[in-house]
Amino acid sequence: MKTYLPPKFLVTRDLAKCIRCEVCVNQCSFDNHYYDADDDEMKSRSENCVGCHRCVTFCPTGALTVRRNPLEYRENYNWRPEFIEDIIKQAESGGILLTGMGNDKGQRIYWDHLVLNASQVTNPSIDPLREPMELTTYLGRKPDRVTLGPDLNLEAELAPQVRLEVPIMFTAISYGAVSLNVHESLARAATEAGTLWNTGEGGLHPKLYKYGRNTIVQVASGRFGVHPDYLDVARVVEIKIGQGAKPGIGGHLPGEKVSAEVSSTRMIPQGTDALSPAPQHDIYSIEDLAQLIYALKEATHYTKPVSVKIAAVHNSAAIASGMVRAGADIIVLDGLRGATGAAPKIIRDNVGIPIELALASVDSRLRHEGIRSRASIVISGGIRNSGDVAKAIALGADAVNIGTAALVALGCRLCQQCHTGKCAWGICTSDLFLTKRVNPDIGARRLVNLLRGWSLELKEMLGGMGINAIESLRGNRLHLRGVGLTDTELDILGVRMAGS
Amino acid sequence: MKELNRLQNPYHDDKVIDACSIFGAMDTSGKRFSGKGVIRAIANMHDRGNGLGGGFAIYGLYPQYAELYAFHIMYLSQQGKQDVEAFLADRFHLIQAEEVPNRPTPAIVHPPLVWRYFLEVGRQKPEGQADDDYVVERVMEINTRFSDAFVFSSGKDMAVFKGVGYPEEIAEYFCLEQYEGYLWTAHGRFPTNTPGWWGGAHPFCILDWTVVHNGEISSYGINQRYLAQFGYHCTMQTDTEVVAYAIDLLIRKHGLPIEVAARVLAPPLWTDIERRPPGEQKLLRILRQVYGSLLLNGPFTVIIAHHGEMIGLTDRIRLRPLTVGTRDSMLYLSSEESAIRLVCPDLDEAWIPAGGEPVVGSLKTPRQTQPVAVAGASATLPDSRIVSR
Repeated sequence: MKTYLPPKFLVTRDLAKCIRCEVCVNQCSFDNHYYDADDDEMKSRSENCVGCHRCVTFCPTGALTVRRNPLEYRENYNWRPEFIEDIIKQAESGGILLTGMGNDKGQRIYWDHLVLNASQVTNPSIDPLREPMELTTYLGRKPDRVTLGPDLNLEAELAPQVRLEVPIMFTAISYGAVSLNVHESLARAATEAGTLWNTGEGGLHPKLYKYGRNTIVQVASGRFGVHPDYLDVARVVEIKIGQGAKPGIGGHLPGEKVSAEVSSTRMIPQGTDALSPAPQHDIYSIEDLAQLIYALKEATHYTKPVSVKIAAVHNSAAIASGMVRAGADIIVLDGLRGATGAAPKIIRDNVGIPIELALASVDSRLRHEGIRSRASIVISGGIRNSGDVAKAIALGADAVNIGTAALVALGCRLCQQCHTGKCAWGICTSDLFLTKRVNPDIGARRLVNLLRGWSLELKEMLGGMGINAIESLRGNRLHLRGVGLTDTELDILGVRMAGS
Repeated sequence: MKELNRLQNPYHDDKVIDACSIFGAMDTSGKRFSGKGVIRAIANMHDRGNGLGGGFAIYGLYPQYAELYAFHIMYLSQQGKQDVEAFLADRFHLIQAEEVPNRPTPAIVHPPLVWRYFLEVGRQKPEGQADDDYVVERVMEINTRFSDAFVFSSGKDMAVFKGVGYPEEIAEYFCLEQYEGYLWTAHGRFPTNTPGWWGGAHPFCILDWTVVHNGEISSYGINQRYLAQFGYHCTMQTDTEVVAYAIDLLIRKHGLPIEVAARVLAPPLWTDIERRPPGEQKLLRILRQVYGSLLLNGPFTVIIAHHGEMIGLTDRIRLRPLTVGTRDSMLYLSSEESAIRLVCPDLDEAWIPAGGEPVVGSLKTPRQTQPVAVAGASATLPDSRIVSR
């Protein structure tokens, strides 16, 4: 069938600069560039370009330019090009449209409407270059009080606590969705930076067991790769109920990406689709969640916190309260902009709520019920920089997860082709020709650098607020003000209008 | 409901910001002494305040009524007084009521009516409720329910005197040179965002706990949200209120010793904790893990007092001053050393405690229930600087 779909990008080449080295041909995994021997010239099939910039980055002479195709539709606010082109795709495929990464739509991004405070005159700002500044965070269930016996001995041990040197972790990204090199980069970076990375739902490759002290292992509805050693080696066990990119449905890994190594790690036959059931079939209600939480605590002899991850949805506050009462030591909220390796586009773009609102309402609800200390709150879904991190902590998060930001550090340009398995940056693919593009030595270095940069920035912001420990920012909404928000939005965020 | 905020925080700021001079003097032998020296000392730090608040707390003040709750109440109208007195008569057994003696001075303008009441908890108290809890509830009730009345002192054998003016003017107005106590704290205030309101001056008092405070607590937002989980609602929106409630929670409700509670409010750095011996390390780590939201961050010095103890504490990087002096059984705490030297030139020792290190002065002999505290002289202060050295 002749496709009616216009090219998204135009690739142009400055022939005066091009040396016909064919680097672009080798780098492009979407079959855009080719060498025309008859004309002795490099040429492009622009309709294949996804805008990932791999060729532009690696062209040794800077001869390539990628621009948006200046194809003008008749103006129509309702029928925007995206909707027209989606219909064309479905008319030609008859299927659910798949996509990758997070929601790219224009729903309000509340981080952009929140601003932070700083000290002036009445209290001094603190200079992190000259004074201690503490980001250390402990995740896990805490009691309401410390009870001391005579001689100041503690009457009870604390539930297991996990120490983070920086309140930023790497979010769940499964092996299979991304390559082993990406997993290794994340694991090594987390270990070096004193934080945690997360296996996602695809199991843990034996090569990475040595990073277990910094690893969260996931137990999802497909139970891929879950076995006693997997639970034993982890620092935290996480039950995945849902994710922000696709609330209500399970993980999707196309059979094409299930290579021999992926197959043995996931414990499924090579080449088969790994489709996680939409719900956990042993959790149809909150009391079932409590059973799974305690089954995992029993299996790990109460030595590690059990985390429960949900997508941020309308009733998150009530659900979170139930999760805490069911025994979750950490609750993870993944918002509307949470990313994925593959999800139905219609779900990614339309289901779930912004993480800022979910976080604010969950934190407020747990405090109102007097159970906030019983679980740590971790949030994810669209955290772009340390400013977002600081605002999330001020709204009430103990820590944040980053996924897309980490992948961008490894080269990702958000071209949203994760589901194709053809990632030219070698991140979201299991094609061995492509996966070697991520070198774990370099990948880990880039990730550690990112965390270091954000940590330094967090310390500067804390110092500016006159605070020298992250726990004094956590839930401290007086350090936030809203700009351009309605009263209802301010009320839900628990934040006052700037200037008030 | 009374609009306390109308008086306390008319511009609806996040919290009331103020800076200050603070002074404390305690005779750890329990001997009562006149406040003349304390008044001179706080007056010596005149420039640290701006005349919009001064106050004193005195312990061992009413030996003749040592077993009775002494309420000091300020009234903005006669109606307020009538209403509250009817309420007190209903809820308590009223032993004695009188106006707090005062003398007109040019410096004090438009003072409220200030009365004191000596009370026994009446039969109205529910079965099984502790006297202290009953009193706290009634104080909160008066302060939120009755317009034009404010209870600013509610302990036994102690009281707070405070108002709008420099502390030495308040002392003169309330004739404080005539009183004696074994422990005095004093405060001169420099609020930046409130017009003077008598109730907004320090010390802040609930039961026999008082706090005088110099600083701004940058962690106020989370401290206040954390305390709300335990039923403390910060109606006054002052940092000082947060300190008082935190102390009440940690010491009275959670049973932590003062030196441990101080480690909650001003904990050592994590790197410091990791260097401590295993037992201490574990305790300090757990305190920070559990009570991280009570860490008082930002610049502060506080003098916290209750019967038998006076505690000086700064934030952990000491962004506000605190000097300690000792002489025989006397312990002095002050924003400035000069104020101590003024009233006691020949100190045995004077030092500046490290940030976050509490200085604790305790009565050598635990306080007796007899009307007069036990007197006795001794040259050392074994109980001060309890955990610090």
